[in-house]
Amino acid sequence: MAEHAAVIGIGQTDFDAKRVDVSQVGLIREAAQRALEDAQLSWSDIDAVVIGKAPDLFEGVMMPELFLAEALGCVGKPMLRVHTAGSVGGSTAIVAASLVQSGIHKRVLTVAYEKQSESNAMWALSIKLPFSQTLVAGAGGFFAPLIRGYMQRSGAPDDTGIRVALKDRLNALKNPVAHLKLPDVDFDMIANSPMLWDPVRYLETCPSSDGACALVIGNKESAAQERSAPPAWIHATQMKTEPTMFAKRDQVMPQAGLDCSAELYKKAGITDPRKEIDCAEIYVPFSWFEPMWMENLHFAPIGEGWRMTYEGATALDGDLPVNMSGGVLSTNAIGASGMVRFAEAAMQVRGQAGEHQVDGARKAVGHAYGGGSQYFSMWIVGDQPL
Amino acid sequence: MRDVAIVSYAQTQFVRSERDQNEVEMLMPVIKEAVDNSGIPKQEIGFTCSGSTDYLSGQSFAFVMAVDAVGAWPPINESHVEMDGAWALYEAWIKIQCGEADSAMVFSFGRSSMGETAETLTLQLDPYTLAPLNADAISLAALQARAGLDAGKWTERDMAEVAARCRAQAKSNPDAQVTGDFDVDKLLTDPYLVSPLRKHDCPPVSDGAAVMIIAAEGAAHKATNKPVWIRSLEHRLDSHQPGGRDLTTSPSTKLAGKAAGVHKTAVDFAELHTPFSHQEIIVREALGLGKDTLVNPSGGPLAANPLMVAGLARLGESARRIWGGHGSRAIAHATSGPCLQQNLVCVLEGE
Repeated sequence: MAEHAAVIGIGQTDFDAKRVDVSQVGLIREAAQRALEDAQLSWSDIDAVVIGKAPDLFEGVMMPELFLAEALGCVGKPMLRVHTAGSVGGSTAIVAASLVQSGIHKRVLTVAYEKQSESNAMWALSIKLPFSQTLVAGAGGFFAPLIRGYMQRSGAPDDTGIRVALKDRLNALKNPVAHLKLPDVDFDMIANSPMLWDPVRYLETCPSSDGACALVIGNKESAAQERSAPPAWIHATQMKTEPTMFAKRDQVMPQAGLDCSAELYKKAGITDPRKEIDCAEIYVPFSWFEPMWMENLHFAPIGEGWRMTYEGATALDGDLPVNMSGGVLSTNAIGASGMVRFAEAAMQVRGQAGEHQVDGARKAVGHAYGGGSQYFSMWIVGDQPL
Repeated sequence: MRDVAIVSYAQTQFVRSERDQNEVEMLMPVIKEAVDNSGIPKQEIGFTCSGSTDYLSGQSFAFVMAVDAVGAWPPINESHVEMDGAWALYEAWIKIQCGEADSAMVFSFGRSSMGETAETLTLQLDPYTLAPLNADAISLAALQARAGLDAGKWTERDMAEVAARCRAQAKSNPDAQVTGDFDVDKLLTDPYLVSPLRKHDCPPVSDGAAVMIIAAEGAAHKATNKPVWIRSLEHRLDSHQPGGRDLTTSPSTKLAGKAAGVHKTAVDFAELHTPFSHQEIIVREALGLGKDTLVNPSGGPLAANPLMVAGLARLGESARRIWGGHGSRAIAHATSGPCLQQNLVCVLEGE
């Protein structure tokens, strides 16, 4: 029943700690304009707009899509605002895709952003409400014990996280829009960086970024137009959520993620993801989440994900390159990060990734997660329609 | 396009201040009621989507805990919009149109009483040009009411008549908050709250939650013999800047209404998400509803206005009225943003 949908335009802003040269309006406009140029379309070609971002307290504006909509050419058009915690960038792209897959719209613009410099994410995550647990140490404090849990269960070598960080930081040097670039980075620099939330070191952590990502998603007819890069066909999308207060939950290896990826592969007709997927952009805000998500995404057996990192399988020249762009560890405009993963996956199958292109990438996974690992969103894109 | 119907709806009683229960506790009984009445086993519901805003509870990720009210185990296919629940319904409806689900649960919740609602809504304005002016939601609505008075489109008496009528109609709605018979002449002697708005022109501050189950044709017929069909569902948006539009009209409602086909056949009643009395007059005009059309038989937002819920409640109240045998065709409308910035229009029809 669903119509074919494809990514036909991609735009990312330049990411930085403080984009003081633009307002929130200027930021989203920069990404959207670049996506439209890539799609060789104009504002009037767009039927509807879907905006995504993480908590509104991150900028201090309640439902900011209402004031941003006009800059995205929304007047007189439908506009939706998605918010599914850290997975939101991915979920937003999925909602935009569904507007095309349903046959309701032909071309949809979707934009996800965060301008963290206009507020303070650590503060926004640490508000104390009566009778509720407060997250005084931000996201790192929350996730560090889960990483410890993974290390104990898997027996992974202690330097696995450092290796992930080194790989991603070297990849970032090949990505023109990446935020954090450390030209002299090496193993020792990461190993000797301060311990922030044991076992997570400073250089094993994502930065706080300002930035936006935009996609134009079109139907089959719109994808047929000749462009500088071919379309990335959306083979499958999936979102999954699990509860917070539930004794059966395994926060180290969340069931929602296991189910989400299993259903995603089934929809896309993939039976051996390690073999059939050419590369993946996944949400790794702290280095150790690469091996954890390799298992959660069924790329490696449970307890074995760290081997992929250790053996170089996830390197740019490995058999399953992961986070070719430098990933969330190098660029984290939170609300945008999920969509950047989805966009970078699409760039790979479109052959647009420049220096961090994986040769012959035909099928790629985009992955995002959020909350305390309750929220997952994923898609698979390919160079041919499914 | 797949035919999709509302198969059940449940809402809390809307109250000035819910202090005994948090959002999860408010939601649990209404989710159970809606699921039980839907005829669809909970584990068979293919998609869940909620609508809420972090700024009501003053915390990031406020919606995350709400998922616990659903009992999301095994993990569910789920999404959330930072919008009124009416737009969560839209996302769920799209999911069904894609063929990814045959049924969906839509819910929304809001405890406006946790803060000063009008001031909280100030933070919804453009942070660079409007928010620093500190124009709260009532003041902006007052500007809109004044524009209509100056243009000769309505009078203060017209506004008071809307308020009195809505609250009289609300007497038959057990979930409504402000009900009763009010004398228009007497209302007009009240002092202004923010000129030209008097207290009666403004919505109450309300807490509440609502849950709706929708299903595509086959599943809907299997579940109930009383589906209320969503014949059309459209939404559009206007400029955010109050100075950038004619506040006495609602072009986005008109566009959405036209796309939804509201002018094609007569309706028995309409439920309009018009929190301020004069806004009913604007939306009536935009949808081409004459003076003889019954508007807000439930009492509407002037009788109970739980933020993020009140839009979804318009669709729910419409379905309830059709189930009650008081009509077979209705228009439901939802709004968001300052001075009716964003609007959704839906045509509902019983079998």
